[in-house]
Amino acid sequence: MFRAVEAIESYWWGWRCRRCGNKLRRKFADIPCARCNQTHVYCRNCVEMGRVLECQPLYVWTGPHPTWPVRGKACGWDGELTAAQQQASNRIREVMEAGVGELLTWAVCGAGKTEMLFAGIGRSLEAGKRVCLATPRADVVRELLPRFRHAFPDTSISGLYGGSEKKAADGQLVLATTHQLLRFARAFDVMVIDEIDAFPYHEDPSLPFAASRAAKSASARIYLTATPRKKQRRRLEHGQLDSVFVPIRFHGRPLPVPRLILSSHMKKSLQNNMPPVAFFNWLKRRHHPERQLLLFVPYVELAGNMEKAIGPLLRDKLGDTVIASVHAADEEREAKVQQFRNQELQVLITTTILERGVTFPSVDVVVLDAGHAVFDEAALVQIAGRAGRSPDDPEGEVLFFHAGKTKAMVAAVRSINAMNNRAVKI
Amino acid sequence: MHCLWCDKEMVTEVHWGSLLLPDRVTYLCRECEAALEKLDGYLCNKCGRQVGRGGETCRDCRRWEQLSQWQGVLTQNRSVYVYNERMRVMLAKWKYRGDYKLREVFGIGLQDTFRKAFSKHLRKQAVLVPIPLSEERLYERGFNQSEAIIDVLGKPAEQLLTRTHGEKQSKKTRRQRIHTENPFTLIKPTDKPVILIDDIYTTGTTLRHAARTLKSHGCPEVYSLTLARS
Ligand SMILES: [Zn+2]
Ligand SMILES: [Zn+2]
Ligand SMILES: [Zn+2]
Ligand SMILES: [Zn+2]
Repeated sequence: MFRAVEAIESYWWGWRCRRCGNKLRRKFADIPCARCNQTHVYCRNCVEMGRVLECQPLYVWTGPHPTWPVRGKACGWDGELTAAQQQASNRIREVMEAGVGELLTWAVCGAGKTEMLFAGIGRSLEAGKRVCLATPRADVVRELLPRFRHAFPDTSISGLYGGSEKKAADGQLVLATTHQLLRFARAFDVMVIDEIDAFPYHEDPSLPFAASRAAKSASARIYLTATPRKKQRRRLEHGQLDSVFVPIRFHGRPLPVPRLILSSHMKKSLQNNMPPVAFFNWLKRRHHPERQLLLFVPYVELAGNMEKAIGPLLRDKLGDTVIASVHAADEEREAKVQQFRNQELQVLITTTILERGVTFPSVDVVVLDAGHAVFDEAALVQIAGRAGRSPDDPEGEVLFFHAGKTKAMVAAVRSINAMNNRAVKI
Repeated sequence: MHCLWCDKEMVTEVHWGSLLLPDRVTYLCRECEAALEKLDGYLCNKCGRQVGRGGETCRDCRRWEQLSQWQGVLTQNRSVYVYNERMRVMLAKWKYRGDYKLREVFGIGLQDTFRKAFSKHLRKQAVLVPIPLSEERLYERGFNQSEAIIDVLGKPAEQLLTRTHGEKQSKKTRRQRIHTENPFTLIKPTDKPVILIDDIYTTGTTLRHAARTLKSHGCPEVYSLTLARS
């Protein structure tokens, strides 16, 4: 049983947002609510995380901790782990069983980290603990939900992401976007934070605050990352953070190494909403024309405009190509990603929103204007990690088209090579 | 005062001129104000997008007017801002994130365009009709952006329409959209001219469907005003 508390507390001196702690008067505003025909106060400071109204409470656990019965086997997944996965899985399970402690799992894109969590989560659920897995992107929650429902068939599971506010948040296992963590306080025994390095987690100070508040004071915290940031690497080097490393993909094949392709007419082409000539040269001769194509562009407008510009051309060259574009505020984003996953779309033009988490079985990956500032090292490594995910097609080409190499590009290639070298040594 | 968009503190310059003028409230700092582009210069005499020469009708509008079922359905659209990157981000935060307060930012621009675009006679006569949201969408957002626009114009809104089909249509091609089913149903007829209010004019299909619904029940003329023209 959860107690719903008002998201905005009212005092004689004004208001306080229980979610982000804001007390500044100018950051509160009124909104007439069409749901209950009343005027509510909302907090403008954290509205990016999805507005909370008086009629949408925060969930706080106040009374005795919720009890889920101790029970028999919770995990119904019976797949096999690779040696590297098994090792990580054991470490994760140990920390979860201990009930306190932190562990950073550094696993390359495609290492199969979800499966590594199953054993530990299963044991926690059996012990009647409450588990949360938080990830920065809604697409990832949507992708993980069916997999967890399948793996834990008898467990109550809540999936929370922007646009799912109406859904109950009372599952024993909660899969949520990091923003949704703001709804909880001292609720979880086990907290798994996926993509700890990812935007918006590392940019927004109120999110780490929320993550630590959502966990009980005695809790096991597992962090997952494929591209740790400087801060986390430093903590690792100084031995302040326990870690386990998984440098190899679950199918055992190396990570595809990006090819950097210089194209001097980049700016001009992009101004015309077209990819550069070098892209078309590659497209004509690519080794596996049957693969789907994931095309990353640096900004939103370009995604839509390029779809309009090259749609007819691609249809001409690739036959019945179906093409779409997607960006963060796209209302149809969910549907388009699903279509691409179902292979109803051949080409998907996207901004960096699809850089992480989302898995497609057989794609070639292209970044246009890879020198643009939005493509930092972590983003490029993640993007490259979209290729070659399936054991049936473990390779996949990755191409960075650029108008001049940047440090980020070189660093991304170097770090991918370093991972592959470490993987060989296992 | 702090900028409603970037929260930077704005220093109001006081000089002799500003002492004589009535206070014009500013909601945005200079940089944020500059990031919004007003639609001015030569505008398409139908849809209000920018065109090369005065008095011109743009190609899209000529195509609309060639279709007999749509000819003259919408007398004229006027929009306040170009749908540029900043506008897109602002509208997203306002509509989808639900930062209702942001509507105030658009107030002055809306009022200016409203006054400039429509004759005094029309402004007096016409009723302002918001493009409705479906019930589901309204529940999700908590407010209807078209009504919020009418609210900042300081006018009463007349609910003459309801929406019976969903809003999503970006997957459809232009042709499909033009031939889609009318998503609107009339609640109440009017014999006065109408100015439809919406947030964005994209293809003009939504507004034309609404206009046709009103006109087929006795409304003499339909105009529209939107915040942005994409
Ligand atoms: Zn807040
Ligand atoms: Zn309400
Ligand atoms: Zn500003
Ligand atoms: Zn026009």
